[in-house]
Amino acid sequence: MAKVYETVIGLEVHVELATKTKIFCSCSTAFGGAPNTHSCPVCAGMPGSLPVLNKQVVEYAMAVGLATNCDITRYTKFDRKNYFYPDNPQNYQISQLYAPICTNGYVEIDTPAGKKKIRIHEIHMEEDAGKLVHDEWEDCSLVDYNRSGVPLIEIVSEPDMRSAEEVVAYLDKLRLLIQYLGASDCKLQEGSMRADVNLSVREMGAEEFGTRTEMKNLNSFKAIARAIEGERARQIELIEEGKKVIQETRRWDDNKEYSYAMRSKEDAQDYRYFPEPDLVPVLISQEWIDSVKEQQPEFRDEKRARYVAEFGLPDYDAEILTGSKKLADMFETTVAAGAAPKKASNWLMGETMRLLKEHTMEPEDIRFTAAHLAELIAMTEAKEINGSVAKEVFEQMFAEDIDPRQYVEEHGLKTVNDEGALYTVVGEIIAANPQSVADYKAGKKKAMGFIVGQTMKAMKGKADPASVNKIVAELMEKA
Amino acid sequence: MSIIEYSAVELGKKIQNREISSVEATKAMLERIARLDDTYHCYITVEEEKALAQAARVQAEIEAGKLTGPLAGVPVAIKDNLCTKGMLTTCASKILYNFVPGYTAEAVLNLEKAGAVILGKTNMDEFAMGSTTETSAFGVTRNPHNKDHVPGGSSGGSAAAVAANECYYALGSDTGGSIRQPSAFCGVTGMKPTYGTVSRYGLVAYGSSLDQIGPIAKNVTDCATILETIASYDPKDSTSVKRDSYDFTSGLVDDVKGLRIGMPRDYYGAGLDGEVKAAIERVAKELEKKGAIIEEFDLGLVEYAIPAYYVIADAEASSNLARFDGVKYGYRCKNYEGLHNMYKKSRSEGFGPEVKRRIMLGSFVLSSGYYDAYYLKALRTKALIKQAFDRAFETYDIILAPAAPTTAPKLGESLSDPLKMYLGDIYTISANLAGIPGLSIPVGRDSKGLPIGMQLLGDCFKEQTLIRAGYAFEQSGVFTPAVAVE
Amino acid sequence: MANQISDETMEYVGILAKLELSGEERTAAKKDMESMLDYIDTLNELDTEGVEPMSHVFPVHNVFREDVVTNGDDSVNMLANAPAQKDGAYKVPKTVE
Ligand SMILES: [Mg+2]
Ligand SMILES: [Zn+2]
Repeated sequence: MAKVYETVIGLEVHVELATKTKIFCSCSTAFGGAPNTHSCPVCAGMPGSLPVLNKQVVEYAMAVGLATNCDITRYTKFDRKNYFYPDNPQNYQISQLYAPICTNGYVEIDTPAGKKKIRIHEIHMEEDAGKLVHDEWEDCSLVDYNRSGVPLIEIVSEPDMRSAEEVVAYLDKLRLLIQYLGASDCKLQEGSMRADVNLSVREMGAEEFGTRTEMKNLNSFKAIARAIEGERARQIELIEEGKKVIQETRRWDDNKEYSYAMRSKEDAQDYRYFPEPDLVPVLISQEWIDSVKEQQPEFRDEKRARYVAEFGLPDYDAEILTGSKKLADMFETTVAAGAAPKKASNWLMGETMRLLKEHTMEPEDIRFTAAHLAELIAMTEAKEINGSVAKEVFEQMFAEDIDPRQYVEEHGLKTVNDEGALYTVVGEIIAANPQSVADYKAGKKKAMGFIVGQTMKAMKGKADPASVNKIVAELMEKA
Repeated sequence: MSIIEYSAVELGKKIQNREISSVEATKAMLERIARLDDTYHCYITVEEEKALAQAARVQAEIEAGKLTGPLAGVPVAIKDNLCTKGMLTTCASKILYNFVPGYTAEAVLNLEKAGAVILGKTNMDEFAMGSTTETSAFGVTRNPHNKDHVPGGSSGGSAAAVAANECYYALGSDTGGSIRQPSAFCGVTGMKPTYGTVSRYGLVAYGSSLDQIGPIAKNVTDCATILETIASYDPKDSTSVKRDSYDFTSGLVDDVKGLRIGMPRDYYGAGLDGEVKAAIERVAKELEKKGAIIEEFDLGLVEYAIPAYYVIADAEASSNLARFDGVKYGYRCKNYEGLHNMYKKSRSEGFGPEVKRRIMLGSFVLSSGYYDAYYLKALRTKALIKQAFDRAFETYDIILAPAAPTTAPKLGESLSDPLKMYLGDIYTISANLAGIPGLSIPVGRDSKGLPIGMQLLGDCFKEQTLIRAGYAFEQSGVFTPAVAVE
Repeated sequence: MANQISDETMEYVGILAKLELSGEERTAAKKDMESMLDYIDTLNELDTEGVEPMSHVFPVHNVFREDVVTNGDDSVNMLANAPAQKDGAYKVPKTVE
């Protein structure tokens, strides 16, 4: 009988914090910019330069720790992690090993079998590396230190996950918590959230863990899921063949759907950590913890419940809207600007999500303002524009955040409610289409739709559809 | 007295009184350097034109009444591990043979604000690793009192330049005695302040937890004045300490009445040269005559300071010097195959043997399996050494000690046996581990005519007490350092 | 001599430190390292049981910067010392196989 295996997964999640400056210098963390234009002696590892800690980094790290039920370390320190690589200008990374800022936390995820706790071993603060670009033309690599020194927190879980689904649920949970805190935008594609997967397999029911490997370079939920499947299969195959799994770091190649070992004689994994002598310890008081706690926002679960209770939204709407901090913020601001909650929800869940998907964008990329959405809803409710015009205007808003009222006026899109004019137009169209009238009278009710369509076309879409329907029916009967 | 012989503060006064201009003093120094430096090699870089231009600028500001400080217009030499914008900064290493920083060390900036004129950059042991200035990649510096002898190190170029009147004063750095020991060997006065008193921003790090910048000058008055100028709380250096007072010159008082001075028995035993010992004992008698209370006591742990120091300093150095890799600045080897080969060849060709030795040892003691046994053990030893000093300073205001066990050795004698060279730092090293200040003052000469230096150690932030005792000794007139080079 | 450093250890430390010592240099370095470690071993005479390792001499803590951008584009100064550069970036041997 074939053996049944269990996958054991722990995650190291790196999150770039949303500070304005780097962790140890006053360089901007803004994305883009020509190479090395956001760098200084500190983040480029120049001799004699010294790091000074950004206070906001500590506060964000504490906020994430509190949101994930961690203990906050009252006396936290930085250590140097020593290894040579060109994206690491000092050839050591300032990180935390001996006294990380947060320890011993957990988050709860939903699984088919119910709620499950994923324990967090620790969260530590550290600096990001620079960017290496391979230059095919000259067969060399180019180093840009614009990202060097951008603050990161690394969230290290216990090996508590058993499937790709649980991993994705855990990552999604973290992403939302951190987005709600405003500590990071957590975009996997852009690298502001990155996950390294530690994976081992063991026979179902076994007590001991198997030998684990670490996989790097996973930049989408899909890649993570594929990498977990691929690595699980690889390890099981080794075991079944009687071979040993080697503890090593592997790099996932999502195109080839295979991971390969990053082993090299020159990469001894011996980081020679020691306390960073250029930085002093951080002492965290209860008052400081309390003040960070006080600033914690309403998280998803509370928000979801409130949307149902306060706004009467269906569970489904509340679930979707709170699935993104940006979407929830848009919803609340739109409602605050006077829109009916369900109408606001419909626009955000319907057209907004459709267009986001179409443009492969995230809710965080939304450009239009809640005020404009509220305005558009108000105009629709007042029947100043009809539904199809509203959609057309919304597409413009989505693309470049135009002012809907101004746009409707400039483009003459206001609904025509002049019934006299409509009677004339419908009458003309019926007269010009005797066949349709004949078909209609012969029982082909579809013929009425043709006349309605022709009328809307003649009105350039601005007629109120209800009025058109009414008048067409009336005149067709009379014809 | 000729223009070259004035102390920094004396010259500063004459410049303020318009008796001498900064340009004249700068020219006098440059002439002196041109004449003598081929022999003594105190400097790695001399920037004649820059110095003269700076002197003219400073002089104009003095005349406009904008610069009125005691050091305005006085020419200075800077140790070559302090970054100077637009001026070569090599740390006496091939690996930085062409490095021109785009920024200036905070201590040097403080001097420039006070109107200093920078003559150039002084020779040193490569990356401050050494006690003789013989590990410099750019040749040895000779002791101005006897050119067959070393000037000490690692700030040997700075100390020798002061002794040879090739500058009015200099900045050095002290990680294990690198200001105090060369000052003693060259018959000049040098001071290592309390850790955190002078910003380390722009000082190329050797052992970050031990490094301090300090003055090397002709007397205690100069040292106090220079320290007052360079010391500052610097937000760019997280280990910079916000002191209650940055006033050091008010310690210049000829009064040691009631001052309790301890002489550690463990410093005066085997290994200490008889002539050095006699000279220090004479100082003790003199201070006693002036009303100080002198006592012998047991400091303890002296023999553990050097091993603890080498573990900590080398561990930090192995990490601090990792950035020299041929990627961003400095030396890159000519031919290489791939990244790691480029690293290895650039570093192996760029660093000298002593630096490589320390990087290797430092990497080893931090490597997996050894960290606890070596590194943590050394940090625990450091804690005990600090406690020993704390206990001593409960009883004594000052510890009186030799600066070094002997006078300056001959050139070439030390390099053959590194361990023996390390042992020469036995009296200076523990001050760096404990973070306490130390003042080295010339107190005599041995039978060969080589200078003997004493060292006054005080509790953290007690520089004023050291300055007072040192000044009182100077005023006794028992010993006046002779001019090294006519 | 109590401490014996193997050739493998020397090579391993060389990998960590990115140093490649020639035959003679390596022999000398090995000997120096052995005698230094013997010397350092004298620390074992000292009872440090219960003593906290001291990395900072002073109990200074909480030195922070406010999160305000003050650095601008300094790329010209930063790259002025680069041994090799291209398009505003530091040029290094290729890092991927
Ligand atoms: Mg990390
Ligand atoms: Zn920077």
